Amino acid sequence: MDFSNTEEQQMLQESVQKFVQKSYDFDTRTKIIASEKGFSQENWDLFAELGWLTVPFKEEDGGFGGSAVDLAVMMEEFGKAMLVEPFIASAVLSGGVISEQGSAQQKAELLPKIMEGKLQLACAYAEQGSRFNLAHIKTSATVSGDTVVLNGGKTAVLNGPNAEILLVVARESGAATDSEGISVFMVDAASAGVTIQAFANVDGKKSAEIGLKDVSVPLTQRLGASGSALQALQDSVDRATLAVSAEAVGAMESLLHKTVEYSKTRKQFGTAIGTFQALQHRMADMFIECQLARSIVIMAAMKLDGGEDAIEKTKSVSAAKSRIGKAIQKVGQEAIQIHGGIGMTEELDVGHLFKSVTAAEIMFGNTDFHTQRFASL
Amino acid sequence: MNADFTADELQFEIEVQEFLQNDFPAEYREKVDAGIRLSKDELVLWQKILYKKGWAAPNWPAEYGGTGWTATQKHIFATEMGLIGAPEPVPFGMKMVAPVIMAYGSDEQKQRFLPDILQSNVWWCQGYSEPNSGSDLASLKTSAVRDGDEYVVNGSKTWNTYGQYADWIFCLVRTDTGVKKQEGISFLLIDMKTPGITLKPIVLLDGHAEVNEVFFDDVRVPVSNLIGEENKGWTYAKVLLTHERTNISGVPRGKRRLAALKRLAGNTDDGFGNTMLANAAFRTKLAEVEIELQALEYSELRTLAALSVGKAPGPESSILKIVGTELAQEMDELFVDLAGYNCLPFVPEQFEDGFQGVAIGPGNTAAAALTYFNNRKLTIFGGSNEIQRNIISKAVLGL
Repeated sequence: MDFSNTEEQQMLQESVQKFVQKSYDFDTRTKIIASEKGFSQENWDLFAELGWLTVPFKEEDGGFGGSAVDLAVMMEEFGKAMLVEPFIASAVLSGGVISEQGSAQQKAELLPKIMEGKLQLACAYAEQGSRFNLAHIKTSATVSGDTVVLNGGKTAVLNGPNAEILLVVARESGAATDSEGISVFMVDAASAGVTIQAFANVDGKKSAEIGLKDVSVPLTQRLGASGSALQALQDSVDRATLAVSAEAVGAMESLLHKTVEYSKTRKQFGTAIGTFQALQHRMADMFIECQLARSIVIMAAMKLDGGEDAIEKTKSVSAAKSRIGKAIQKVGQEAIQIHGGIGMTEELDVGHLFKSVTAAEIMFGNTDFHTQRFASL
Repeated sequence: MNADFTADELQFEIEVQEFLQNDFPAEYREKVDAGIRLSKDELVLWQKILYKKGWAAPNWPAEYGGTGWTATQKHIFATEMGLIGAPEPVPFGMKMVAPVIMAYGSDEQKQRFLPDILQSNVWWCQGYSEPNSGSDLASLKTSAVRDGDEYVVNGSKTWNTYGQYADWIFCLVRTDTGVKKQEGISFLLIDMKTPGITLKPIVLLDGHAEVNEVFFDDVRVPVSNLIGEENKGWTYAKVLLTHERTNISGVPRGKRRLAALKRLAGNTDDGFGNTMLANAAFRTKLAEVEIELQALEYSELRTLAALSVGKAPGPESSILKIVGTELAQEMDELFVDLAGYNCLPFVPEQFEDGFQGVAIGPGNTAAAALTYFNNRKLTIFGGSNEIQRNIISKAVLGL
């Protein structure tokens, strides 16, 4: 048994830490969010150059190996500094769907471009009314000859405003929650009939509501066979869920660290507030939450990489997301409370970490959803 | 033992209900329901409607134009206001500075300030907290040095709510540095138009600048604006804090939000062909909140019963503050839970009056996260919940 990082993982971790230290302080991040794209193309190019964009991909796809543990190591560092670059949306989730569902030709055409940082993608799966159920797809795909026509609406499309290609999940047949009949289509974001309402999320990451009205796409743009995409979507969302969980572990680590440091310097009643036992115990509880969150994310990552069956893998992802959701509420809320008013302000990073972990709690299914999913498997 | 209203009280309840149904503007109610902030003009107009009815100041004695109501009548009024979503008056004038002026101000000060507060002609803000004096308020450093008939004020105040709208600020200032910290503080009223005052807005996590930092740079204030005696300000401020802690349980607003949660849950798809009202985990949390609200309501009624036989509000009000604020935050979590992805967009401007764009998400679900963030303040301000627990430990448990 050995829970230490391999040499490669350590190098990856140090490389992210170095980047963050040099190029991603809080002010820089604020400016990046305020920029037109909402992320830094320069950073993205650098990620490609450093090989980070290959981390989520299998060797056979030309990637670094696709280990979930590698991914978690990296995401944790991303989370500490609240990186807003669309790594999960474009590489982990969209890249994952193509890797799992695409034909050899589609993969050969797209995956290198993602890894080289030359292609931005977004996966449009959620809909109003679907909540967190991936099988709940009402957007329709009507095939006629060698074209398909898409109609419907998508919500919470991460990286939607910057994606050149949208992976639109649509239903070719069956009722709204059937697991069969779901396909994924690659849609040029500039296609006629696609409307994109762009905004930033509470964690600063760009997202969109997307409307699809009689969007016509060549049938060759379907990934894989008709109606068979749900499993690939689920597997990719599971991997993205692990990534966002690891990211939250990093952000919680920052919240804990900053809160402890603040309590040592903030003086009230003539003494540092960190000397009050009432606050010490609460920070000790925050520490425990951070440790448990880290443990369960490591567990899930190891199971994804190991030889467990598919259900066991999925269960472990839901276990992780459920448990970190609990930790997020506790650590996030206590960090703000112990900081007091200053923690409520936009100018301090603590509040933004709180907002980031709050978004992570909801992303890809909230605590209750994953607890119930765990129980149902 | 009974928790019944008398026949007169029941009659009064009907009168309040009828008034609010008829006179609380329908468009305000729509805005409140949609989570849109009411403007200063709208709040003033509503206060003037209340003033016309004679109900502008439920907590004031009749001699100053208040209602002279019993504790139970005040409770009924606050309940009905909360249930319909009518905003309470901005507290800084009506609930905070006015009681201090009544108790410790001169006759000249009473005549000068109280009528304008009652009619909402003049808006007040609070100058208490400082960057280095939060929970330890008595350590405040903003100084007022006597120079002839004036004080010269220097320093800064923070967490100043609605200072951008205020005409006057009431401040705690240090007038003696050579004594125990509580004994060198004075209570000073300052015209916000006085030269040397500048405001710096503080944007909070919901993207809205509802608070400010206020800077005082050689601000000259007439000595006639001092309340009571010099260096007695801390005593006056403590009286004010007891007033701040009445009606803090938020039970009526809680009931209104609980009803909204149930409605919303009934309209929110669970993604599996049902609504969230049928979701076992959500129902359990909803039930827990409802039960807690009932326990809080009866705690408040017990305090009220004690008040109506003449007992002063004691440290028990700390219970209402702690439980009321933490329960409100739990409800915020349930709204976030229901909203799901719909509360992720950070588009604060869509909840400002006059927003012309296309709102994101159905109804006001997108407001859920913003409210969740903003309401973290509830357990921090008005004497943080840590301070309230200290009060219970010391004053009630004798620890």
